[in-house]
Amino acid sequence: MAEQKIKVLIAKPGLDGHDRGARVIARGLREAGMEVVYTGLRQTPEQIVRAAIQEDVDVIGLSILSGAHSYLFPEIMERLKKEGADDITVIAGGIIPEQDVGALKELGVKMIFNPGTSIQEVVDFIKKEIQG
Amino acid sequence: MAGRDINTEEQQWLESTYGKVVNKVGERKEQFSTDSGIGVKPLYTPLDFAEKDYLTDLNYPGQYPFTRGVYPTMYRGRFWTMRQYAGFGTAAESNKRFRYLLEKGQTGLSVAFDLPTQIGYDSDDVMARGEVGKVGVAIDTLADMETLFDQIPLDQVSTSMTINAPAAVLLAMYIVVAEKQGVDQAKLAGTIQNDILKEYIARGTYIFPPVPSLRLITDIFAYCSQNTPRFNTISISGYHIREAGANAVQELAFTLANGIEYVRAALDIGMDVDDFAPRLSFFFNAQMNLLEEVAKFRAARRLWAQIMEERFGAKKAKSKTLRFHTQTAGSALTAQQPQNNVIRVTLQALAAVLGGTQSLHTNSFDEALGLPTEESVKIALRTQQVIAHESGVAETADPLGGSYYIESLTEEICRAVEKYLDKIDQLGGMAQAIQAGYVQREIQDSAYKTQLEIERKEKIVVGVNQFIDEKQTENELLQVDPQLEKDQKRGLAAIKSRRNNQAVQDCLRAIKKTAQEDGNLMPLIIEAVGYYTTLGEICGVLREVFGEYQAINV
Repeated sequence: MAEQKIKVLIAKPGLDGHDRGARVIARGLREAGMEVVYTGLRQTPEQIVRAAIQEDVDVIGLSILSGAHSYLFPEIMERLKKEGADDITVIAGGIIPEQDVGALKELGVKMIFNPGTSIQEVVDFIKKEIQG
Repeated sequence: MAGRDINTEEQQWLESTYGKVVNKVGERKEQFSTDSGIGVKPLYTPLDFAEKDYLTDLNYPGQYPFTRGVYPTMYRGRFWTMRQYAGFGTAAESNKRFRYLLEKGQTGLSVAFDLPTQIGYDSDDVMARGEVGKVGVAIDTLADMETLFDQIPLDQVSTSMTINAPAAVLLAMYIVVAEKQGVDQAKLAGTIQNDILKEYIARGTYIFPPVPSLRLITDIFAYCSQNTPRFNTISISGYHIREAGANAVQELAFTLANGIEYVRAALDIGMDVDDFAPRLSFFFNAQMNLLEEVAKFRAARRLWAQIMEERFGAKKAKSKTLRFHTQTAGSALTAQQPQNNVIRVTLQALAAVLGGTQSLHTNSFDEALGLPTEESVKIALRTQQVIAHESGVAETADPLGGSYYIESLTEEICRAVEKYLDKIDQLGGMAQAIQAGYVQREIQDSAYKTQLEIERKEKIVVGVNQFIDEKQTENELLQVDPQLEKDQKRGLAAIKSRRNNQAVQDCLRAIKKTAQEDGNLMPLIIEAVGYYTTLGEICGVLREVFGEYQAINV
């Protein structure tokens, strides 16, 4: 059986312009054999959920360094649920203080990657989640 | 000594003395190089400086090409300005932090705005949800600006504002606040960042496309050259280009290329180069490779002086001096063992001072974890004070000048930057190079390369890929109260209901008309903010006329 390529949406929610991490991860996942769509900057929760459904992705990777995650992530998770797309694995990275991690995981965000994470760690995590 | 020849002896040293040891025990690495990939030799000697002429290439501080510094006395006259970037939440809270910093001995203010302000949205805009007051202060109307500078006499401080796409609006508000304090705008000192080109390639807070953006910038140049002669009208910024992944050479090359584009734009509207060039300022990053950073700052001064004289025929010495602000590298801060960041910031700050910076922001050690606390901000400021008062490096100008290695590296950086400038010229200038995606690709390639070097441990980051502690440290972090967004919106609604709405509408119509036609927008924007027209309203009519920039996919 030909193995299906894992498809990932890398998204930048909110107004944050820091996309070095998002772009490095997008490229790293691509080189690890995944199909990656990068949304570009300034995506609203609505746009991200729509793109994820249209592109039929397995994984959404949210990148944010502005501190707006505590508003934007719940919005995204809720919309995914409403659209019946909460089977998509959601992971996140950027500057997300430790004290916020618990609440975000409770919403269904599978993993929060801190600064200093290697591409390999992200690749391994996604493969384990999607392919078991 | 008679009969001895350095060429021969150096060859001998390399082959026998040094070569013998290398052959026997080897060295730590096969190849040594700087962050920009410039090869590093085992030793530098007078031979590496043989082709340079002291008076032509270095000269004295305050003299062309300013390699050794822009002022004759440098830090013997006075120290650099210690300027910590701050601002969060409401204008009232930021005002409190400013007064705290001034009281602790800071000498200049630096305002951080929240993202909605930077992108021209009011706090009640749907795009601002969750972002109000998060990375800086929220400014909707003049009222917020009045609160921000309450009890801070604007004729006695210099204020730097990190604002780009809507820079004209924030500058207008600053001028009106000063007026209300009874301070003549001619006395205002400070800087607006106002550097849109790097937003397209690195920082991301653009609004309008390049052509109308450049018009807003030259409107500011023209207005300020007449009215605010002490205000720096732009801070041409390599900082964010570096943070986005560029190496030292790329940071310098793309920053100077942006500078060239702004000078051209001002010349195109008929300005005289010596009327605006003295108010151009720069902003660089200080990364970890101490000696390469020092060489970069020296190269920057030499190159800009040559560009202004040779390309643009500048006459005044002030038109040729590259004055710059430095910030230590945020991307070098680690979330792991965050206390180590105090040491990183110290080394970076030292590079900036040895490189002759005019002002400096030192990052707080906890910024890879979240917003810095008052305590960590104080340590960052203390770092600068220790360097200034205890280290002795400020007692003579350009203390590393004449080091064989520093001079050689300065020269190599100049040559590598010139190669990039040639390439960008071939592409038709920086605006074209950005439109073609060339600059973005160069930066992204470097960012990816750095990441791989860290993952392969070719580049060691202490606490991240070596010397790892299993135990995580607990840190106290600053939290922004979500109530703040609600309060800010309520304040905005109150102002909208009590201001002279007829006057606001008239001002907006006038701005729209001039935007569609010709003429300087600054006086109209100053009038509009005086009536408490909001930032979002002004940017809104400009959006209607100018359209919005669509990022190209690289």
